[in-house]
Amino acid sequence: MSEREDGLPVPYMERTRHYYRALGYETDYVWAHHDDVPFARLSKPLGESTIALITTAGPPDLSNRDARNRKHVWSGEVADPPARFDTDVAWDREATHTDDRETFLPIDAMKRLVADGTIGALSQRFHGAPTDYSHRKTNEEDAPEILRRLREDKVDAALLTAL
Amino acid sequence: MSLVARHLEANGIPTVVVGSARDIVEHCAVPRFAFSDFPLGNPCGHPWNADMQTAIARHAVSLLGAATAPRTTLRAPYEWKPDPGWRERYNRVRPEDRERLLAAGVARRERRKQASHAGGNI
Repeated sequence: MSEREDGLPVPYMERTRHYYRALGYETDYVWAHHDDVPFARLSKPLGESTIALITTAGPPDLSNRDARNRKHVWSGEVADPPARFDTDVAWDREATHTDDRETFLPIDAMKRLVADGTIGALSQRFHGAPTDYSHRKTNEEDAPEILRRLREDKVDAALLTAL
Repeated sequence: MSLVARHLEANGIPTVVVGSARDIVEHCAVPRFAFSDFPLGNPCGHPWNADMQTAIARHAVSLLGAATAPRTTLRAPYEWKPDPGWRERYNRVRPEDRERLLAAGVARRERRKQASHAGGNI
């Protein structure tokens, strides 16, 4: 995709490759790629479904990080979310900010959809999924842990909002 | 995040990814993608605009019922604020940046090496 100022989406993979090469890295990051895509259908009408929110943000006390600073799955309560979040991942610090949680974790917006009957319920817990360099860690550790927690919460579907 | 969505879906939980990095999400390939053409960081709407945030959430959850096949992408019908340069600026490497970036990369690798010796990460 060419980089023109004509409203085409930003070519993030290309930009990131150039950026890290400029930093002196010799090996390009390899983004996950698949030809097949799994597909599950809602088992009940949307207006009767319980939806969970999944975020890439972390808790403000960094309690999702271990001694080696590796991030792990964490959870919070939609009734009492942290006042601030750890948003130390790649986002556009020049164009915007993350001072409004609803721009990346729309708890209040989803509550409005419950109130007007669009969805049945918002799951009481939201969950934090680390963004990790390692596809293996995401596939073998974090994604199964998110699945386990969603099953515990008995949700019908999930909205994954990526910073 | 896309890998998590795929794992949930493969285990029977329908998902929608809401995001702004269209090329990365579609390269990974997910069942349903609500795309917001905004700078990274605010895929769920402009800051402090509750009406837009609610509309984007509504738009995203609608995909749970509306999508009939995987790889369904729906673009939110909103533009970023009047700032025509944001797409062009993000992580752009200009010739005058090269020396500074290379020095930053050297410093970054050195920090990581030291952290690794200390048993931690930076």
